Amino acid sequence: MGDGLVQARDLRKRFGGFEAVRGIDVDVAQGEVFGFLGPNGAGKSSTMRMIACVSPRTSGSLQVLGMDPDREGPRIRARLGVVPQLDNLDTELSVRENLEIYGRYFGLPRRHVRAKAAELLEFARLTERAEDRVEPLSGGMKRRLTIARSLVNDPELLLLDEPTTGLDPQARHLLWERLYQLKREGVTQIITTHYMDEAEQLCDRLVVMDGGVIVAEGSPAELIERWSTREVLELRFLPEERPAAGDLERYAERVELLPDRALLYTADGERSQVALHAAGLRPLSALVRRSTLEDVFLRLTGRTLVD
Amino acid sequence: MTTIDATARPAPGWTRVLPGGSYAGRSRMLLLRSATAARRTWPAIVSGFAEPVFYLLAMGSGLGSLVGELPGPDGRPISYAAFIAPGLLAASAMNGAVFDATFNVFFKLKYNRLYDAMLATPLGPVDIALGEIGWALLRGGLYATGFLSVMAVAGLITSPWALLALPAALLVAFAFAAIGMAATSFMRSWQDFDLVTLAVLPMFLFATTFYPLGVYPRPLQILVECLPLFHAVELMRGLTTGAVHLGMLGHLAYFVVMAAVGVVVAARRLEALLLR
Amino acid sequence: MAIEERVPATRLAPATAPGWVHGVLLVVESFWRWYRRNWRATAVSSVLQPLLFLLAFGLGFGSLIASRPGAEAATGGVPYLVWLAPALLAMSTVQSAAFEMTYPVLSGFKWQRVYLGMAATPLTGAQIAVGHLVWVAAKMTLTGAVYLVLIAVFGGAASIGVLGSLAAAVLTGAAVAAPVMAFSASREDEGAAFNALFRFVVLPMTLFSGTFFPVAALPAWVQPLAWVSPLWHGTELARAAALGTGTAGAVLGHLAYLAALLAVGTGLSVRAFTRRLAP
Repeated sequence: MGDGLVQARDLRKRFGGFEAVRGIDVDVAQGEVFGFLGPNGAGKSSTMRMIACVSPRTSGSLQVLGMDPDREGPRIRARLGVVPQLDNLDTELSVRENLEIYGRYFGLPRRHVRAKAAELLEFARLTERAEDRVEPLSGGMKRRLTIARSLVNDPELLLLDEPTTGLDPQARHLLWERLYQLKREGVTQIITTHYMDEAEQLCDRLVVMDGGVIVAEGSPAELIERWSTREVLELRFLPEERPAAGDLERYAERVELLPDRALLYTADGERSQVALHAAGLRPLSALVRRSTLEDVFLRLTGRTLVD
Repeated sequence: MTTIDATARPAPGWTRVLPGGSYAGRSRMLLLRSATAARRTWPAIVSGFAEPVFYLLAMGSGLGSLVGELPGPDGRPISYAAFIAPGLLAASAMNGAVFDATFNVFFKLKYNRLYDAMLATPLGPVDIALGEIGWALLRGGLYATGFLSVMAVAGLITSPWALLALPAALLVAFAFAAIGMAATSFMRSWQDFDLVTLAVLPMFLFATTFYPLGVYPRPLQILVECLPLFHAVELMRGLTTGAVHLGMLGHLAYFVVMAAVGVVVAARRLEALLLR
Repeated sequence: MAIEERVPATRLAPATAPGWVHGVLLVVESFWRWYRRNWRATAVSSVLQPLLFLLAFGLGFGSLIASRPGAEAATGGVPYLVWLAPALLAMSTVQSAAFEMTYPVLSGFKWQRVYLGMAATPLTGAQIAVGHLVWVAAKMTLTGAVYLVLIAVFGGAASIGVLGSLAAAVLTGAAVAAPVMAFSASREDEGAAFNALFRFVVLPMTLFSGTFFPVAALPAWVQPLAWVSPLWHGTELARAAALGTGTAGAVLGHLAYLAALLAVGTGLSVRAFTRRLAP
């Protein structure tokens, strides 16, 4: 893929004796929203830092915007927008100054930066707070300002590390809406997340990472179709009445026993439920739902993503 | 949307030979940032100038009444106030620079993660090191100018050589800022800042700011002569009293080396800390 | 019976609120527990720093002026080190009072929020404020005693009267700590005002209170500053005790000033703590 914005082959990152990224291949195409999905410690953030040219790779090849981060770091970074996992806004400056000064770090002309800041304040719905200091802003506002800041140089590629972690549902939806708007404007985005709903909402394509390697790749729908069933029947039992996995397997294609519930993977949840009832099994509660990426992850790694 | 080609400006030619691109030639943007932040905190910054003036007023007149006159650098007697004033000038250059380069830099490094934010732009560790040291220098220059004016008004300057005390104070501030920043890059927690106090306070008290080297026995004298503040005090005292001699180039060389070592270590360590 | 078996073994009769003094002591105890684990962190600022001043001025500067007539007259004939030491004792308690009552107090409300934790128990704002103040006074006594031993080692203690100097120093420290505590407890910002406090109150106080030289040596227009400075009163007391130079009237006057400051500061602190913890 010659025209990919990011191209990694056998990319590795080692910190002392610990290998955080253990040989991954990634291709991100122009205009798409690409996701890294995985639990904490999967190697997502290390990968993002390498793509952002602030962490030299240990081995393998990496091209960002057609250039080598090891040699052309500043030139690549001039065309990237970065939203780090933890907000690192300048608390000594006002909201507007955060945008203007950051733009100046890119060497953008003063006049341009001033116009751009006004435009981004609108985008982030922060015009009314423009002259306030950063500290008293709410978490959602700070996050929007961080995203606005990352757009000050009109980046071709936007890197978002856990963009909505720690936000309330309302703030998340507002952020998603802003990111969707950027996508329509043609900004390529790479997102890491450990929220399934976020990945399903935002990503055209994603890879599932675990323990520093990629365990699956595809669109959210493809991944669900490939690694899970259409529906899931969730059952809760009294601890002493809980049947063994073997007893449940005849009612589903696959069974996962979690500490607090049993998951039955099946094409038709209703039908499985009826069959269970007919066999005399009486769960405390039963719930039929559609498969999600959470189920894909559970299938691939044997673990839940968020606990 | 307003758009402009942000990529148009490549890094300066010589930096392309450096691996990783640690210098974008834009450290003055950090000065801009500091100046913008200072617009809100200027009373705290400007009033730092008062500290050495308090010392001069109190110790100059108070201790001066106990001491009377002292022999100056060239042997001629000078008032006690004229003796300590250049010492306080050197010490305030040190204090201001060290404070900026340690506490403030540590806060931005570990708590604000401000430098991480800067590294997401074309700026590199060398831009950051030079920009922050440059700000400490500007601030030091401000204090030195203010204090020299007070000295002039109080009649404590007896030679036109004193004009050179300003650039000398800037060099001293640069060297202390560079070393301070290098030291900060090794610090793990606020607890380690006790070590900064342990380095700065004894120098302030013992490096001939308040009394001449002669009060110490010879072994202690040699120890004091190794301290950077001692060389700064000698330099300032020579310039403000007009006792200028070629040996002062040695003091200058001391600070040039100190500044160079500080900048190199600070930039390398920042690179190691930020570009993991 | 089965039910009795489920009751946890360590259990008292229903808890009641502690008495007023008992509550204060509980606050002191909690600070003491923290200090026992972390005392090393404060060793540099509370002991080493004053020691450096003793060496630099008592020994270094003292040897410079040893034979000068002006110095003899100013110190009343005693060696400069002996004259300086009791004053440095008072200066060290005042400095540590200022440090202990600024950022740590604001942190108790804002960052580490230990006060908020205490206020969630039956303890009242008044007990918390007084408890912290008592603790700081106790700590000043402890570090002051250590400093006193060092002073004696370097020959700065002329008589047993220096024990009276320690008492004077602790009273002075408390008289500064109480109003500073009230000031800090009423701060809503990140402590930006503390810089100004150290720069324009604490530093001038240490320089212009007759610690290093008699106040009479200052320009006449500066001298009235010393009279309002609690450190000047404390220094006079500490010196009177160590050198046996005080008159009863002067001593009573200094004591009254410091006691009044302590009382007013404590009252303001209690009010500020109560307002902030139980608004």
